[in-house]
Amino acid sequence: MKLSEVWLREWVEPAIDSNALAAQLTMAGLEVDGIEPAGEPLGGVVVGEIVGCEPHPDADKLRVCQVAFGGAAPAQVVCGAPNARVGIKVPFATVGALLPDNFKIKKAKLRGVESFGMLCAQQELGLGDASDGLWELAGDAPTGTELAGYLSLDDTIIEIDLTPNRGDCLSVRGLAREIGTLNSAVVTEPSWPAVAVGHQQQIAVELQAPEGCGRYCGRVVDGVDLHRPTPLWMQERLRRAGVRSLGPAVDVTNYVLLELGQPMHAFDAAKLSGPIVVRFGRDEKLALLDDSEVQVDSETLVIADDNGPLAIAGVMGGAASAVSDATTRIVLESAWFNPLTIAGKARRYGKHTDSSHRFERGVDPQLQRLALERASALLIEIAGGSAGPIVEMASEQHLPVAAEITLRRARLAQQLGIELPASEVDAMLARLGLEPLASDETSSRWRAPSWRFDIAIEQDLIEEVARIHGYNNLPTSTPSVALAIAANPEGQRSLAEIRQPLLARGYSEAITYSFVDPATQQQVAPQLAAIAVQNPISAEMAVMRTNLWVGLLGAASYNLKRQQPRVRLFEAGQYFIADPSEPTGRSQRQALAGLICGARLPESWNGGRDKVDFYDLKGDVEALLAPIAGELEFGAIDGGEQPALHPGQAARIVVNGERVGYLGALHPTLYKPLGISQPVYLFTVEQSALGLRPVASFEPLSNQPAVRRDLAFTLPSSVAAGELLATAKAAAGQWLTELTLFDLYEPKVADNQQENSSKSIAIGLTFQDRERTLADEQIDDAVAAVVAAVAEQHAGALRG
Amino acid sequence: MQELQQIAAESQAAIDAAPDLATLEQLRVDLLGKKGRLTDLLKGLGALSAEERPAAGAKINQVKQQLQAVLNQRKLAMEQAALDAKLAAESIDVTLPGRGQPLGRLHPITQTMERIEAFFTQIGYRVATGPEIEDDYHNFEALNIPAHHPARAMHDTFYIDPSTVLRTHTSPVQVRTMESGESPIRVVCPGRVYRCDSDLTHTPMFHQVEGLLIDRNVSFADLKGTLDQFIKAFFEEELPVRFRPSYFPFTEPSAEVDVQCSSCHGAGCRVCGQSGWLEILGCGMVHPKVLEMSGIDPNEFTGFAFGMGVERLAMLRYRVNDLRLFFDNDLRFLRQF
Repeated sequence: MKLSEVWLREWVEPAIDSNALAAQLTMAGLEVDGIEPAGEPLGGVVVGEIVGCEPHPDADKLRVCQVAFGGAAPAQVVCGAPNARVGIKVPFATVGALLPDNFKIKKAKLRGVESFGMLCAQQELGLGDASDGLWELAGDAPTGTELAGYLSLDDTIIEIDLTPNRGDCLSVRGLAREIGTLNSAVVTEPSWPAVAVGHQQQIAVELQAPEGCGRYCGRVVDGVDLHRPTPLWMQERLRRAGVRSLGPAVDVTNYVLLELGQPMHAFDAAKLSGPIVVRFGRDEKLALLDDSEVQVDSETLVIADDNGPLAIAGVMGGAASAVSDATTRIVLESAWFNPLTIAGKARRYGKHTDSSHRFERGVDPQLQRLALERASALLIEIAGGSAGPIVEMASEQHLPVAAEITLRRARLAQQLGIELPASEVDAMLARLGLEPLASDETSSRWRAPSWRFDIAIEQDLIEEVARIHGYNNLPTSTPSVALAIAANPEGQRSLAEIRQPLLARGYSEAITYSFVDPATQQQVAPQLAAIAVQNPISAEMAVMRTNLWVGLLGAASYNLKRQQPRVRLFEAGQYFIADPSEPTGRSQRQALAGLICGARLPESWNGGRDKVDFYDLKGDVEALLAPIAGELEFGAIDGGEQPALHPGQAARIVVNGERVGYLGALHPTLYKPLGISQPVYLFTVEQSALGLRPVASFEPLSNQPAVRRDLAFTLPSSVAAGELLATAKAAAGQWLTELTLFDLYEPKVADNQQENSSKSIAIGLTFQDRERTLADEQIDDAVAAVVAAVAEQHAGALRG
Repeated sequence: MQELQQIAAESQAAIDAAPDLATLEQLRVDLLGKKGRLTDLLKGLGALSAEERPAAGAKINQVKQQLQAVLNQRKLAMEQAALDAKLAAESIDVTLPGRGQPLGRLHPITQTMERIEAFFTQIGYRVATGPEIEDDYHNFEALNIPAHHPARAMHDTFYIDPSTVLRTHTSPVQVRTMESGESPIRVVCPGRVYRCDSDLTHTPMFHQVEGLLIDRNVSFADLKGTLDQFIKAFFEEELPVRFRPSYFPFTEPSAEVDVQCSSCHGAGCRVCGQSGWLEILGCGMVHPKVLEMSGIDPNEFTGFAFGMGVERLAMLRYRVNDLRLFFDNDLRFLRQF
């Protein structure tokens, strides 16, 4: 909210300057976003009067004006504005004048005619939006006066960002009260005598929905002339508050809204039919002031007449009943709408207005009559006419009751950590407009003022005391707590611990958005049901990620496009899947995923030319999984199980029989759509599978000799190394302590010979017993068992 | 005895001239071995009379010890020379770069978040996390933000369905902690949060760390002290801190916390928008209604809560000038942290 400081100071005059006032408000919780001058100094710009106006001899659209400006003789000015004509008074920038943006006025020659200065539009002076012609000043504007003086530009505009609880400060009156409280300064509330009732025309008002409208005041003002201009002082105050001048009727309601905080509305009485009814909508159409049309539903409070809705209550008026220049009879509305009824309506219809902003936050329920009197007086002063009697319909039971609140002195002291003198506390609350009801040693009792609807409970009073006393004047301490040792289970691994091997292996951490492009995700994970965001920020961020690969692939593509030769990234985070079997219909789980691409090692004198492959990735995944508890297996994936991966270069990660992740090469068909041109390898592991580790349990070391036997097998190519190792392990018996695969030979085979091809695998078996030295026969037996099992299960034979 | 003199002289010369360890060893055997010349001389003592024998024996032994010492010395020198030669031959260029993977880096947001967590866990707070798709109740209702409350406009919310949102803050984790019946409560809740806003200074996803302390007799002074210490620890500087009244539906009294701009030390600059202060935290005493809704008696327990944006703190700490860099995951950016 923006307000003129001069206006504010008419109500309250603290002995501090603008900057101090701004700082004070900020530190009281009314954050001042900015203070700026009401206008540029505009030196050399004066009120000019056009006393002569002839067509330019050589240009159709230009005119040559003679402008009187208090000098000895009128100045000649060439002007292109369509409204330039004899008799009007306009801002005149004389030669040497300085306009906004450092624009200096110089003598000029336009199409051969000399011009001494410039006649100005509002916008050219930085004083408004109007740019469609010269700014026509009032006829009584004194010719030759400095414009800045005439407009009282020696003012400051204070812009305040108010929190939603302080709707009471959304007006000059409200802010003045707050400033009065902070400075112990007197607030001068102007007293306005009631307008004399000049006729007896009345409107009938029916409160059919008193739960939404506790009070409705209306009156007819007849005989107004809305062709008359709004006085400059009012236009200027509106402008300084960021409100455009739209003719006297609307200007007056806006002025009262700013001055008192009461939103009002003006209807053209000639366009009303029957009584004014306050009721809920009936799914009717309503054309609004902003030329839009809405359908008002049964939760929306409307002002209606016999022909249907006239306005969305507290939000925006309708086009049909709006006042125009031709209106002569006006119905002024000043009502109290329940914040709960108004809340959300502006957003629903997309019509956030100054009115809805105030009603949503709450308007003083005792203000309606005063505001109506004030508006009537202003309107009649500007546009003439006379007022009818005020019609007031109210439902007391639906109006807020001022809260009565007990403040326990001990509670106050406990909460703030300081015991403030009771007299000081009482004085603060009284300055805020609270009415003292009772007081004793232990507590005091108060009634909140009608405008402080945010004060309802004891904690509200504690906050007010803290705020007025000043947060920075309150003491500082640190909490004292029992030094209890918290459990820290050794069998659980933190994310920091889990990801450590990845950092050591050169993976940097990425953080990608949790919402992704639905099209990309469909390509990467068509098998998973995504959760859509109802109101995404963009089409490319419209669904929640079902996996972490979509984001990592995007990050990889981003880096590859920026000439990064190697990309190693990981991310830890939640992913989200629509899952009808869950009570909420969705699962959200935590995973750790990674991606590698490019050279295995940084380019160097001793390497960096080899590209990464599946086994680099697998080594990383094995390192990641090494510390965990449980039985780990890698198995080839089934067709369609993981569409993002190359089916022949991908593995399922199984821990204790449960599938916990995948690793493999990106599927060849995805490179092009993802904009990636070199081989990429990906993994993902459920974080839950990584979170546990065994707590160590010592086994005595054997001092018996270990015996190693190496076996080289020739096997059909189709036998996986893992199967061979599993067979060997199972057959080798109790003394096997270590099993390694130390050689692999796969001869290159033509495509048509693949079925019958074979390969050679060499394994090393280490045997050892803890208690005794193993006899050669025992080891021979174990080795024979391995050879027999490999022959039987895999058709493998010892290589000759 | 003339022979003894001759042996001593010859041997000394031979030892000095020996080109390698093998020659030296041969010399030793020739002199001192079982059939060595000196050994032979000693054996020949028997031919002398009992009066002559001690003096002659002493002389021979003296020469023997002398030659033994010379041999040893020469051997050590040769070994040292051999080692020196071997070392010289084996020397490599140690300025060549090493082999292997360079270390990966943690994202600056994670580093900042974990640094913040560490300040609080070392004084007894626990880290708690929760779901990012949250129900309306935990994100809003339980925090005293009923439907259509104007404060909801402060949160530009992403909706999954009318009663489900992407959490707009990590406060729902605090609510879940309070509901669990834990007492006293000291938690910090780090994590991703979402708001429907995207421009130069807003990303639709960002990170928060919120904290909650609930115990008997917790006061606003405790809140001030805790945050004042945290801020000074975070910036590693004795920066002035101020508490400014504000409004959050779930705390009362509520405050925004400003720290003096670390770039200009209060003089006013571009970083702080000429104000000299940087807003970095929101906080307050937990609202009695919030305690009640989660089953905590506000007359017995009080507490405070605070929340901060991790991106903002990381930007200030590391002088990052563009928020969006955090989510580009450009390796040239990530490697700087």
